[in-house]
Amino acid sequence: MAGLVNKVYQSIFRRTSSFVLAAVAGAFMFERGFDMVSDGIFDNVNQGKLWKHIKQRYGQSLEEEE
Amino acid sequence: MAGVACRVARAGILKTTVPGIITPGTAKFSTLREMTTARKAVAAALGVIGAGGASLVYALNQSVKASDLTLHTANFPWPHDGLFSSFDHASIRRGYEVYKNVCAACHSMKYIAFRNLIGVSHTEDEAKEEAKSVQIPDGPDEEGNMFERPGKLSDYFPNPYANDEAARSANNGALPPDLSYITAARHGGENYIFSLLTGYCDPPAGVSVREGLYYNPYFVGGAIGMAQALYNEVMEYGDGTPATASQMAKDVATFLKWASEPEHDDRKRMSIKVLMIFSLLFGISYYIKRHKWSVLKSRKFAYKPPQ
Ligand code: HEC
Repeated sequence: MAGLVNKVYQSIFRRTSSFVLAAVAGAFMFERGFDMVSDGIFDNVNQGKLWKHIKQRYGQSLEEEE
Repeated sequence: MAGVACRVARAGILKTTVPGIITPGTAKFSTLREMTTARKAVAAALGVIGAGGASLVYALNQSVKASDLTLHTANFPWPHDGLFSSFDHASIRRGYEVYKNVCAACHSMKYIAFRNLIGVSHTEDEAKEEAKSVQIPDGPDEEGNMFERPGKLSDYFPNPYANDEAARSANNGALPPDLSYITAARHGGENYIFSLLTGYCDPPAGVSVREGLYYNPYFVGGAIGMAQALYNEVMEYGDGTPATASQMAKDVATFLKWASEPEHDDRKRMSIKVLMIFSLLFGISYYIKRHKWSVLKSRKFAYKPPQ
C-alpha cells in the first residue's frame, strides 16, 4: 500500500504538469461514469415510460431516421 | 462579566470540573455530554412543544373548510408521482390526440410549438405531419394581403378563434383560457384538470344553474361555461387504447402537465445526480471536518506550577 502510494506520488502528483493532467483526466472519467450510473438509475426507474423506450412503437418514420 | 457568564453557563466554561491539574480540555464545547439530566429534559420538552404546535397549525390548515362550496380535488396516483418518476410519454402522446381532437376546438395553446413535440411524444417526421395538417395565418404577401399556409415545425399551436372577443361570443361570454400553462395556474394542477373534466353532474337540489352554464362541483362557484367535453368514445386513440372518458381525462391532464412543465423529466433526472453528488461531498466534508478537529478535540491542557 505504502509502496503504491509512493509510486503514485512520484509519478503523478509530484510534478504540477502531470498532476493537472491527472485532475483533468480524472474529472472527465468521473463525470462520464457518474452520468452513466445516474442516467441508468433514472432509465431503470422509469422503464417503459420514457420516449426512447416507446418510440419504436410509433412508426414508419423511424426507419428513415436511423 | 465573568460572574454573569459563570451563572449563565453554570460555570462550565470557566471552572474546571475535574479535580487536579488536568482540565477536560475543549472536548465539551461541542457535545451535550456535560448537560445535566434536568436541562436535557427541559430542552426536550421545549422541542416537543414547538414541534407539536407547528403540526397543530399544519393540521388545522389541512382541515375541511365548510365555508366554500367548491369540491377540492383528490390526489390521484399519477405515473409521474414520486421523486424520480418521469412522465408516461405514451400518455402524453394520447393526451395530445385528445387536445387536438377535442379541446383545440375551443382552447388555444399558444406557447407550445410543434417542434416541442419532437422527442417527447412524436418523431420529427410525425411532428412535421402534425404541423402540416393545420393552417397558419401568415403574411402580408407582396400585395399586402394576409394568407394561410400549412404549418411548419416552428409554428405554435393555432388559436381556434381570431381573438378573445370572438372566443367569448362563441362561448356565451366565457373565455376558454389558454391551456399552455393551465396546470401551473390552478390549485391541484393535473388533479384538478382530471376532476374538472370528469366531474360534471346534475346540480344538487336547490341549486339552479343559469342557461348556458353547466354544473361542475370542482369549478369555483359550481357553474362553468364549458360543457362536458369528454364522453366515452368521442374519439379514437392511435395506439388502440379504449377511449373512455376517464382515460382521455387522464391523458389530456398528463399532456397539459407536460406543457406546463416540459423540464419535469430533466428535473427528476437531475435530482438523482444532485442527491448522489451531494451525499458524496457531504461524506468527504464530514471526514475532513473530523480529521481537522481530531487534534483540537483530543488535546489536553496541563498546568505545571513553577517549582
Ligand atoms: C365547447 C368549447 C370547449 C371545449 C371543447 C373545451 N373547453 Fe375547456 N373551457 C371552455 C370555456 C368556455 C371555458 C371557460 C369556462 C368559464 O370560465 O366558465 C373553459 C374552461 C376550461 C378550463 C379552466 C377552468 C378553470 O378553472 O377556470 C380548463 C382547465 C379547461 N377548460 C380544459 C379543457 C380541456 C382539457 C378540454 C378538452 C378535453 C376542454 N377544456 C374542452 C370551452 C371548452
